[in-house]
Amino acid sequence: MLDKITEIVHVYTDNQTLAVTEQTTFTDLGLDSLDTVELLMKIEDEFSVRIEMTEDIQSVGDIISVIEKLQ
Amino acid sequence: MSLKIIGTGKGIPEKRVTNHDLAGFLDTNDEWIVSRTGIKSRNVCSHETLTDLAAAAALQALDKSGLRPEDIDLIICSTIGGDYRTPSLACCVSNSIGASCPAFDVNAACTGFIYALEIASGFLADEKTDNILIVCAEMMSKHMDWTDRNTCVLFGDGAAACTVTKGNALKYIDLSASADVSLLQVPSGTGNSPFVDEKKEYGFLNMQGQEVFKFAVNVVESGVKQALDKLNVSAEQIDLFLLHQANKRIVDSVRRALGQPEEKFPLNIAHYGNLSSASIPLLLFEMLEEDKIKPGDTLFMSAFGAGLTAGSCVMVWE
Repeated sequence: MLDKITEIVHVYTDNQTLAVTEQTTFTDLGLDSLDTVELLMKIEDEFSVRIEMTEDIQSVGDIISVIEKLQ
Repeated sequence: MSLKIIGTGKGIPEKRVTNHDLAGFLDTNDEWIVSRTGIKSRNVCSHETLTDLAAAAALQALDKSGLRPEDIDLIICSTIGGDYRTPSLACCVSNSIGASCPAFDVNAACTGFIYALEIASGFLADEKTDNILIVCAEMMSKHMDWTDRNTCVLFGDGAAACTVTKGNALKYIDLSASADVSLLQVPSGTGNSPFVDEKKEYGFLNMQGQEVFKFAVNVVESGVKQALDKLNVSAEQIDLFLLHQANKRIVDSVRRALGQPEEKFPLNIAHYGNLSSASIPLLLFEMLEEDKIKPGDTLFMSAFGAGLTAGSCVMVWE
């Protein structure tokens, strides 16, 4: 799942060289709150899930946990 | 029955409030507001009533269409709250401009203009109705908590109007409401009835911004796709996308998803903020004033708002 999310992050940020790990936060990626929503929407499409914005999601690891919970 | 728009007008309050002005009493700053919303300033009522703004927009629209108040067969106002809870803002406008026709309000929040168009097209199917005045007017400043930096920076006050008559410009219109009351609301109160168990005061506008952002992007994108499919045209064949001006980032997101150039997505949010249902007709007014809309041009309009309501339409300008 991390590979797929990394790919989505690279496309979204238009930066193929960004290092993405489970510990990477949105702040590390230089994303503000609305960028984060947009990125999460692309991830929702990819994994066919609906992520509630009230979830406490700060990092790539948080995204993975939420998706695993939903799938 | 289809329709065409024959005149537009605007009514904007005099007082302009910049982000710097807001930073004078809120913990916010220009850079933060501009980067997250695209808003640089907004106009708010000081000495004007909402009826003043609505009537100014109405008279300008009538003037541009060569109509007099007595030529109007129906007035539809879109607002989330007029100067009175009753009578309707439409009746206040009628009284102010000297019309003598049926008048009523519609509240579909920010989607009100698209709802009003669909209602107007229904009335125009009747032979006794020839000219309808649609006025979208919002005084968002009275619904906001001016100590809440997350919401009060987003909205402004203003009105925009258009006159519509029988015609074939409207090619497609679609309305929806997916009931979710909690995401965006302005709570009403219970008054001073001694019989109410739980007394509620009038509240200020509150919203879950991220969820609303997501709803907006999704609903506009799907609205475009549905309209294009239905009309069997491509995004390239749309000349202008007039989208509700809630946040520049929503417009940008939709534009990128459609792979269309910036010039096809006009913006006025920088100057006015979110004017709720007045935002699309105001944008239309400005585009017409700047000669950016010509007969034969294909326009896509889409709005979304509390409810959650949404609506989109396609017009080929006549």
